Parts: sequence; C-alpha cells; structure tokens
Amino acid sequence: MTGRLEATLRSRIDGGGKCLVPYITGGYPGWVDAVRACAANGADAIEIGIPFSDPVMDGPVIQQASQIALEAGATPISIFQEIRNLDVGIPLAVMCYYNTVFHAGHERFANDLVAAGVSAAIVPDLPLEEAGEWCAAADAAGIETVMLAAPTAPDDRLPRVAERARGFVYSVGLLGVTGERAELALTATVLAARVKKITNKPVLIGVGVSNAAQAVEASRVADGVIMGASVVHRMIDGGSEAVGLFVAEVRSALDGATW
Amino acid sequence: MSILQTPGSDGRFGEFGGRFVPETLVPACQELEAAFADAWNDPLFRADLDQLLREYAGRPSMITECHNLSEQLGIRLFLKREDLNHTGSHKINNVLGQVLLAKRMGKKRIVAETGAGQHGVASATAAALLGLECKVYMGEVDVARQELNVFRMRLLGAEVEGVTSGSRTLKDAVNEAMRDWVASVETTHYCLGSVMGPHPYPFMVRQFHRVIGDEACEQMNDATGTSPDFVVACVGGGSNAMGIFSGFIDTPARLIGVEPAGGAAVSRGQPGVVHGMKSFLMQDEYGQVAEAHSISAGLDYPGVGPEHSYLASIGRAEYPTVTDDEVIAGFQLMSRAEGIIPALECAHAMAWISREAKNMQGKTVLMNLSGRGDKDVGQMMSILKDLA
Repeated sequence: MTGRLEATLRSRIDGGGKCLVPYITGGYPGWVDAVRACAANGADAIEIGIPFSDPVMDGPVIQQASQIALEAGATPISIFQEIRNLDVGIPLAVMCYYNTVFHAGHERFANDLVAAGVSAAIVPDLPLEEAGEWCAAADAAGIETVMLAAPTAPDDRLPRVAERARGFVYSVGLLGVTGERAELALTATVLAARVKKITNKPVLIGVGVSNAAQAVEASRVADGVIMGASVVHRMIDGGSEAVGLFVAEVRSALDGATW
Repeated sequence: MSILQTPGSDGRFGEFGGRFVPETLVPACQELEAAFADAWNDPLFRADLDQLLREYAGRPSMITECHNLSEQLGIRLFLKREDLNHTGSHKINNVLGQVLLAKRMGKKRIVAETGAGQHGVASATAAALLGLECKVYMGEVDVARQELNVFRMRLLGAEVEGVTSGSRTLKDAVNEAMRDWVASVETTHYCLGSVMGPHPYPFMVRQFHRVIGDEACEQMNDATGTSPDFVVACVGGGSNAMGIFSGFIDTPARLIGVEPAGGAAVSRGQPGVVHGMKSFLMQDEYGQVAEAHSISAGLDYPGVGPEHSYLASIGRAEYPTVTDDEVIAGFQLMSRAEGIIPALECAHAMAWISREAKNMQGKTVLMNLSGRGDKDVGQMMSILKDLA
C-alpha cells in the first residue's frame, strides 16, 4: 500500500513537478513557525529532526541547532506534542538517530509517530542489515521508513535498499555529513541516476544541496531534493521569515525550470 | 568450546555489537571485515605483524611480581607490563595491526580518535613508521589535560584537531572521526582505538590485543604453575581488558573490569546504540547519551565495547567501579610501593585491588598495567599540591 508521503510526492511528480522537502530541527526555539513557513511556501513534505546528543551524520549547522534544542529542553515527547497540533496539511517525516527509537522501543516509537500524525521516519544510522525490527514495527503501524542510498553502495546493494524504502529513496548527495557546499557534488546526480534506473519509487537527493540553483541541478536527474543545513542556517540567522523566503525561492526555481 | 566468540557477519556477541552506521560506511566496514579475515589467515601478514611487535614494540612484555604490594595487601600480585611497550601503553598492539592492514588495503591516510592521547600517539607512531598520513581527533577538554601527548603526536607528524562539540571528550572525538571517515572513506582507514564501534572493529581490535592475554597466560603458568585467581583491568572502551581477558576466559580465573564511577556503562547503563554498536550505554530517559566524568581521559566514555556487555550479561566477567579519590590513592600507592608510576587508567585497577584485597587474602591476582603514568604527571601535580 502506498503511504501518504509517497502518494503526496508522486502526485507532484505525476503533475510534472519536482519535490521539495525542507528539514527543520525540532525543538529549536521558533521551530514550529519555521515548519509552518515551509508549508506555506511550497514544501511538499517536511522533515523534522529529533535532536540527538551524538549526531554523526550531521555537520556543524545541524549539530549546533540540535545542541541548542536539547539545551532548551526538547525531547521526542515534547516535539511529538507540538507536531500533533501543527496541522500544516502536508506529510511530515521525522529524522532521528536509532538510539532514540531503540530506547523508546520499536512499537512504542512507531505508535507515538502515528499518534502525532507523522507519516514517515528516516533513521540515518540504521543501515539495511540492522533495520529489520524497526521496519516491521513501522510497517505494522503504517509509518513509511525512508531508506538512504549511499554513493559507496555497490550495484548489488542499491536494489535491496530501494526495495525496502517506503515514501521515497533518499539518495545521499555526497561522501560526507550534512552541510552547505559551494557546488553540487558530481556524485549527487551520478548516484541518483543509478537509483532511478532500479526503482519506480520517488528518488530525492539530500545532503549538500545548498541553494535554488543546486536544487534545480539535482532535480534534472532526481525527483526532487531535501534541503537541511541551508534551511536550518536561515532559521538560526533569520527565523521563520527567512526560512519562508528561502523555501519560496527554491520552489519558484523548481517550478520555473523546464525539465 | 571457548567462551571467546567469533562473531558472524551480523557482528553480534550475544545480543550486543552489530553495525549501526550510515549506509555510506557499510561497504567500508564490509571491506574491512573481509580484509581483516584475509590478513589474519595469511601467515605472511602475521609474520610481519609479529616482527613489528617484537622488534619495534618490544614484545613480549614481561610480568612483574610486586613483592612489596603483595606483602602489604596479603595477596600475590603480578603486573602485566604493557606500560613498557614502545609508546608507553598496550595501544601499540592494535595500531600496528590496523596500520599494517590499512596499508595492505591500499589506504593512504588514517584517522583516529583519542582520549588520553595514548591511542593517538600510537597511531601517529605507526603512521610515521609505515608512511601513512595521520589525523587525530581529540576533545578540547582532553587537549587541555593531556597537552604533552598532543605535542608528542605533532612531533610524530600527525595533525591533531581539537573537538569542540558535545562534552568535548572521547565520545565527541569518536563522532568527529566518524564524520571525517564518512567523507574520506575511499582513501582513509579509521583506526579505531578500542574494542568498540561497528563490526568488525570490536572483534578485530580484540584479536590484535589478545597477544596480551596469550603471553600472560603462559607467563603466569611459568611463574606459578597455574592460572591466577583474579585477572583485573581497567575498562573505558575496554581494549586492554579484552586483550588480557582473552587469555584467561576459559580458565577458572575471575575476570574483573574496573570502570570509573563516572563512566560506568555496564553497572549504570542500559542497552543502547551509539558509535555503530549496541552495548551498555549511560543515557537518559530519552536515549540521549550521558556525558561521562572521570579523572582519567582514557576512561571518560559513556559506552563500553559490546563483548564486555556480552561477558557481563552471561556473568563471565564483573564490572565494579571505583571513585576518582580511590584512583588518586591507587596511583600513589603503586608509585611508592613498587616504584612504578601507573597511568591513571590503570590506577583504577590498582584502586579496586587495594580496596578488595581483604576479600582476596592469599589469592593470586594478575593486573594489566596497560600504560605508564608519565602522561598524567602534569595533571597529578595540580591534584597533589602538597607534593608539587
């Protein structure tokens, strides 16, 4: 069965458009307004980060936002409570490190997501071989588990990753952690093309997609982009208003391009 | 059948271990697993490693019977002298193995994390010897309390980067080394310094350190005709303890891994997942990893290697704790009674032995003296002001 996240992205793709999924660190002061600003300015779905003490896939910007959120007292429970009242009208995915899930318990965490109205989960330190228990609980609860495809994956691995993915396949844009880069890495479109070849699921590029021009460049091959550090740095510097302007700018670039 | 496990491709010791890393690192871990298995079974690799251990590190390390402390404590105490290895600790065993392996795999560069600096110094040393580029991540708190080792690494040609995130200690140095590795995996080997991290590291690092236990088992047999009643080692990540435990795991010896009270993953933690492994972990009610607090930078770690969690779960090894004050007393006790200044890490083992000697009267106790205390003298000067 196709879940809400995949259905929403697919309807954008089927309409000839490209998907835009901004990332916001949950619990950062003002984050709820930032999520609303994303939704109001053309995001197709929003990824909400659950801050973790040891975010090994994140670069300095998201690390800083996570640390500030934790110092402000954010917990998975407090973030879920705020998500429940959001009602932004588009699907939400949480991005969380595996210990947050494991510590809560797979079933309880999946049920907490459902109760909060979250559609999907991205767990960046849970590779295919370790994902069985979580995926079983998530599938049972109707939570879509997005899987990451990495540039280092050999050809025989990608189909298994894509097969297990729900919602979309997260095509990792470069060798490295989240953060803004001056240019889109060559590996970004190379990998996305490899993934597109072996799956019909939506393929979005994330990590190192830093501005509107790069979003367009990435979307020449992929079905859209996830934008994290570039959004979070605007939230830190300029709050929800800056986030809204940026998301609108990327949306307009994606909508204005010819594919 | 030995209690010492050889994990399968799932990297499990019982329920612990595994490979919880970003997808980007999975192929690298698989490649390393295969390369290690191949090298470990290759007599030429083993001969090269044995030669380095003998002629460069100074193995075998001897055992020393501590007559003064034995008399004072009412036990028969032996030390396994890993402090006499080149670079001053057991860390060189693992590093020579890994750097030799990295070279065999065609890697040009290694990255390493370090707490007290002993693993960083050993990594910088092996990289200098075998001609690889070396970058060491070290928490800023540790950079400040171990400045001698920082300078030593730089002398050896390594780049040292202070880590300013999180608790700015060993845990955060591991995070930063992993972030580097995610970006550099094609050219770089992550030279992990303990029996922790994603599979195959806990297994591989234990295999590189089991030389400690294998030697000690033979040496204790020669000295006493049997195995000791107690084998005692300090535990942060747990590499020196796994090394010496390996030699005695199938004997009747009680295996004691001494953790700092402020970093007691086994006794105060719950199963959790961080740094690529499932193991006992100090964490809060939401699974946020707790910050460890120990006088010793090398043990300032909220987790523990997964094989220790397994040995604890089946009751084969015990993991008591000692306080910083007991450690300071243990540090002075060994210095004065035996003329051996132990690393602060090892002073944890000494502190436990001294506290529990009353319950071990007449017993034979083997302690792994995994490092020498020169690196800690500066820090101790500020603590033992009366002497300074």
